[in-house]
Amino acid sequence: MSNRKITRVSSSPDQTHRFGRDLAARLKPGDCVALTGDLGSGKTCFAQGICAGLNVTDYVTSPTFVIVNEYAGVSPDGKQMPVYHFDLYRLGSPDELYEIGCDDLFYGEGVCLIEWADLGGDLIPDHAIDVHFAHAGEMVRNLTISTRTRLYTASEG
Amino acid sequence: MSISDLPILGIETSCDETAAAVVADGHIYSNTIFSQTEHSLYGGVVPELASRNHIRTLLPVVDRALSEADLGLDDLGGIAVTQGPGLVGCLLVGISVGKGLALGSGLPLVGVHHIEGHLFAGSMAHPDLVPPFMALVASGGHTELIYVCAWGNYERWGRTRDDAAGEAFDKVAKILGLLREGEVTMGGPRISMLAEEGNPEAFDFPRALINNPGFDFSFSGLKTSVLYRIRDLAVENIEAIGANIAASFQAAVVDVLVDKTLRAAREAGAERVLLSGGVAANRALRAQLDDRASKLGMGVFYPPTALCTDNAAMIAGAGAFRLARGETAGGNLNAAPRLPLPGLRERQV
Repeated sequence: MSNRKITRVSSSPDQTHRFGRDLAARLKPGDCVALTGDLGSGKTCFAQGICAGLNVTDYVTSPTFVIVNEYAGVSPDGKQMPVYHFDLYRLGSPDELYEIGCDDLFYGEGVCLIEWADLGGDLIPDHAIDVHFAHAGEMVRNLTISTRTRLYTASEG
Repeated sequence: MSISDLPILGIETSCDETAAAVVADGHIYSNTIFSQTEHSLYGGVVPELASRNHIRTLLPVVDRALSEADLGLDDLGGIAVTQGPGLVGCLLVGISVGKGLALGSGLPLVGVHHIEGHLFAGSMAHPDLVPPFMALVASGGHTELIYVCAWGNYERWGRTRDDAAGEAFDKVAKILGLLREGEVTMGGPRISMLAEEGNPEAFDFPRALINNPGFDFSFSGLKTSVLYRIRDLAVENIEAIGANIAASFQAAVVDVLVDKTLRAAREAGAERVLLSGGVAANRALRAQLDDRASKLGMGVFYPPTALCTDNAAMIAGAGAFRLARGETAGGNLNAAPRLPLPGLRERQV
């Protein structure tokens, strides 16, 4: 994915879930997805869609209380791909995220889904894919998907 | 005298609370919890999450649990520590201290599942509550319907598919502006208090999955529904109708919890129901469960609030059971953030 912005309009939780599944098909080991947006805007629903796309069979529940949940995912081409589902909602400061050992996971071999990523400050990796959710009616949400920096390419190397 | 009759030291650090307790043969000698309200004792307000707070407070809490019980390590029969589920860094603090104390004293150590602790909390408060019974464990992090066939033999009937019941209270309290800056987990008591002044029928909030034949819960849509009812209203009205929103929201959560719990109990043939976990402190939930269960001839049990919310007495109680079965952990006991409840199977439909 190059440095660009994509917008999508979801008209139901089902559709938000489907957008998540669509993104899952493009994720590689080591990818991070930073999810931002108000309460009830669809972050967990989208994360559940990504997990479904990565063939997670367990219930994907809100990680608000425990900060991070781990699932055994499988990539579309059949490779083991652990999924780490974060929720930074309860964090007092990014320091607390660091103490949890987020770096090992953000720069590891699994896929990280990070809800309330804006509370993670500089600890959110530059290679994260940002997905922002905005309320646009009781069922309607505007999704903006973007990358922070142009991804490393051979010509820049 | 068997090991389970001797006092057991329990240690709980799975999430926000730093707790230690001494329990002997179901009797609670001490039940110590470090929370923010006690900060004057140790100096300074303590942010909730960081494991460094467990590190700082756990040893003083253990000391206090022992001194309140008027016992020393030499008097104990064993040490029980929460192994999971929970936050790995927080669990590790409790486990490391447990291991250190066990190594130094020669006492046996056992890892305990946090939810099994909540199940034992019921029988510690009510010795006549013996299996089989249906248990609803509802808190900020869990919402599970577990049929306790026998101790150590559990059947899961239902659980949440998204948010925990307590989390729904916390987030709706946030939406209603009932939480102070930096506060994230006081939603239950705040909503409950405000709801007493409101009309629970003022708003018709969704009761998700209530007509679903299964026993799973879903609270995520309810939160969004509350959000949009508030958005529909003029800002100046929010304070006036906040109590009605709180009461109507609470009624929706309580209806679903009570409905599913009693239907599960009836289908399982259970005559007793246990309500445990932090949400069990909710008065509206207790009242409706009592009322509807008594019409069905079922007995309802709930621990006192100090045993409903996270505590170490329940860990000591469950640990005594595990130790009596000869289960002990070695020096390789490790934190298990996603630990499955031992002896749990899914209900076969």
